[in-house]
Formats: sequence, C-alpha cells, structure tokens
Amino acid sequence: MIRFDRVSKRYPPGVDALSNLSFEIAERQMVLVSGHSGAGKSTLLRLVAAIEKCTSGVVLVGGQNVGALARAALPYLRRRIGMVFQDQKLLFDRTVFENVMLPLSIAGFPRRDAAQRVRTALDKVGLASREKALPIMLSGGEQQRLAIARAVVNRPTLLLADEPTAHLDKETAADVARIFHEFHQVGVTLLIATYADDLFPAARRLRLDHGKLLP
Amino acid sequence: MNTWLAQHQDAILLALRRLAAAPLNNVLSVLAIGVALALPAGGQMLLANAMRLPGTTSAVPQISVFMLASAERRAATEIESRLGKYGGVKHVQLLPKEETLARLKSNSGLRDVIEALPANPFPDALVVTATDERPESMEKLAAEFRQWPKVEHVQLDSAWVRRLDALLKLGRTGVMLLGALLGAGLIAISFSIIRMQVLTHRAEIEVSQLLGATNGFIQRPFLYYGLLLGLAGGIAAWLLVGAAALWLRAPLGELVRLYDLTLVLQSLDARDSALLLGLAAGLGWLGAMISLRQHLQQP
Repeated sequence: MIRFDRVSKRYPPGVDALSNLSFEIAERQMVLVSGHSGAGKSTLLRLVAAIEKCTSGVVLVGGQNVGALARAALPYLRRRIGMVFQDQKLLFDRTVFENVMLPLSIAGFPRRDAAQRVRTALDKVGLASREKALPIMLSGGEQQRLAIARAVVNRPTLLLADEPTAHLDKETAADVARIFHEFHQVGVTLLIATYADDLFPAARRLRLDHGKLLP
Repeated sequence: MNTWLAQHQDAILLALRRLAAAPLNNVLSVLAIGVALALPAGGQMLLANAMRLPGTTSAVPQISVFMLASAERRAATEIESRLGKYGGVKHVQLLPKEETLARLKSNSGLRDVIEALPANPFPDALVVTATDERPESMEKLAAEFRQWPKVEHVQLDSAWVRRLDALLKLGRTGVMLLGALLGAGLIAISFSIIRMQVLTHRAEIEVSQLLGATNGFIQRPFLYYGLLLGLAGGIAAWLLVGAAALWLRAPLGELVRLYDLTLVLQSLDARDSALLLGLAAGLGWLGAMISLRQHLQQP
C-alpha cells in the first residue's frame, strides 16, 4: 500500500526533516509512527498525502509515485485517502453534518446517498445526535471524533492520522483509539503518527529520531 | 448530470449564504456597481430615445430641387418625368407648393405668420434619392440639376442628417468608452471583493484542497458570488436608469415640444436591459475569475 524508497525531505535553509527513509506498509496494516516532537512524524504523513514532495527518493501510494503526480491529479489521490489532522481543520461556520458532507460533495456523490453515508459515519463515532450542532459547541473529544467521521465518510482504504489523541484526556483518547481499531478490523490501512503508542498495543511501529528510522 | 447540477446548486446556495452574511458591505458594493453601470446605461437610453426622434431614423441623403416660383405645375411634372428617367436617380417625389404650405401650417408654430401672407411663397419642389449616395456623386448630380430650365435652387439635404448622425456616432462612442471604463471598474470591484472573500475563507479552501477538491470545485462558489454581485449591480443600474427616465420624462417632453417634436422618454428596451444585466453578471464573474486565478496559482 505504501512504500518509501530512500526518501529524504529537506526544508530551507538545510534542515533535514527526514533522512533516507525506506520502509513498506502492506494493505490492512495498522502502523504507528512514533518519536519525539520534531522527529519528522507529520512530515512523513504529509509526504504520503502529497501535501509536500520529498527532496529525494520515491514515495509510492497504491503503486503511484505521488511525488511525480501532476498538480491536477492530486485531488483524485487525496479522495482515496482519509486524513485526520493534528489541528483537526474543521469548518466552524458549518454544522457537524455539513463538515462530514464536504468530502462527499467534493467527490460528487449523489445527495441522497451522501446524506445516508454522513449519518452512518456520525453514528459510527457517536455523534448522530449532534449533526445540527456547530463544531464550536462540541467538546475536544467530540471535535476529534467529528474529524475522524469526516476522514472516513469516503470509505478510504488508507487512513492517515496525525496525533489524533493529542490534547485529549485518557478516557476520550481511549475512545478515539477504539474507533481506529474498529476501522482496522474492517480492513482499512492505518498510518498514525502519535506519541501515545500505548493506546495501540497491537500495531506495528516505525520509530523516528531526528528524521531517521530507528531499527 | 444530476451530480453536476447538484454541485452548481450547492455553489449558488453557498454564494447566496456568503452574500447574506455581510449584508451592509454587499449592499454598498452593489450600489457602487449600480451607479457605475447606470452612467453608460443612461447614456444608451438617451441615445436610443434620440434615435426615435422624427428624422433620425433615416440618414439617407437626398437632393431637393426647387422650381422657380413663377414656374407652372406642368414644368414641375416635366422635370419629375425627366428625373425619373435620369441615370443615377433612384426615386423622385414631387412636392406641390400647396402641400408644402399645408404641411407647414399643420406642423410648425408659424401658422399665424403663414396665414398672414398674401400668397403662397413656396415653389413646387422635387425630392430626389440617388442610387449612389457618396457625397461627390450627389454633388455632381446637384450641379447638373442646377443647369436645368426653370430650376431656381438645388440643395443637398444630407448635411443636417449627417451632422445628427455624426453626433449620434459620437454619443455611441462616448457611451462605449464610458461603458468600457466603468466595466473595468466593475471588474476591479469584483476582483477586490473576491480577494477579500478568498482571504476570509482561506481555511476552508485549504481544507477542501486537502480533502481532494479540484480548483473548479473551490472556485465555483466564488465565481457565483462575483456573478451574483455583478447581476445585482446590473439590476440596481437598471432601476436607477428606469427611475431617471420617469423623472426626466416630463421636462424632456416639454423641451422637445418647443422644437415641434414629440418624445416620450422610454427606459431601456428588452434588448438593452438584457445586455446590461448580462454584461454586469459577466464582468462580475470575470473579476472573480482573475482574482481566483491569482490566488489559486500561488504554490
């Protein structure tokens, strides 16, 4: 599903975020990317989603070299990937329902099917009764679950999550981890950047240190 | 197709929602656009009305041949017949002096003066339309007719029509120039409003891009925003011109009556109204598109 072949990412003025990374992630795997702050976890996820391009090496996602994709092709890659961002990136002037509907509107789903999918996704994360609320009215844990619902509503085969349990209390974090486990059980490939790796005991681990993969 | 329509419907609804979110700002913008467009639209309305004045609908130059006052009718009919067979003459019409007098009595404000005259002062006249309307050909014909017996005077009637036509042409050019300048102003207004909108919705654009939105999807609500803003400005301009037409109708009617003409000032006709609204909407859309291109092409 994902393959990194001698991938490096350097930011100006010469800061190496990732150095010569090579690894493979098979379909249906749950992989944790752990490491200290600044280790390169978020950068790795951003390379997978083609939000950034690597400085050298090749990143393959589903067999596609995402670094070589034309700008016009990027939207179609991203529609196949679910993303939960560290800062959630919710739209605070839209309701819970509209936030989750956005990826389906972008993908051009028929409205009736899309509404059904949104309700299913909200039900899955326990927000079915809050669909008319604005995100500002939700608690931190609920906002995180909303972000997950939006990431999975398209039923992606690959789900990326950047620190999904950061800023959450222990109970809420466990609740969010349980949701990820449920997606893993139905065959979704998960790549989660987190420092709280005790929440995912069964997952494979990639440990980063200053942009390098630890053995 | 349904999906495509639904996406456009969503974009229009979102644009309307954004317009409604800042009512005062948008009303003022619409008013600014409306006033800017009302100037060329008002000019076009005045021109269209001027074209309706009698004598301005046809700019065909003619030659008037006036007989000697002492000449008998038979002489005039002979000249009419000669003109009818003359090469270069397309049409000839005899205006008997009695008819000229009667027409002047009924149409001008000189009725009392004319009635006070002891005899009809007008000669018989012939109005000639030439096949070749070029000024040099017309002058040549007029010079030939001047040599004919019992012809007192030959006059080229095209001068005043041409003057009026030149004035109308100047007016049309002025309206077009004003329209182009203020149209560019509308594009600039739309450009900056959409730029502000893009900055306001920067987070939403970023999220949409991360979720797989194409540039087309992202641009759509902003383009409809620009289009609706321009259209609303066009409607405002149309209303302003209509109100001005109503307001000016009576005083202008009074003015043209002093020149023995009749004019009921009409607002823009259906064609000009559609053109105004279409151009306003199109220019609003264009301003939005330029603004979005500039923003979305940034890396």
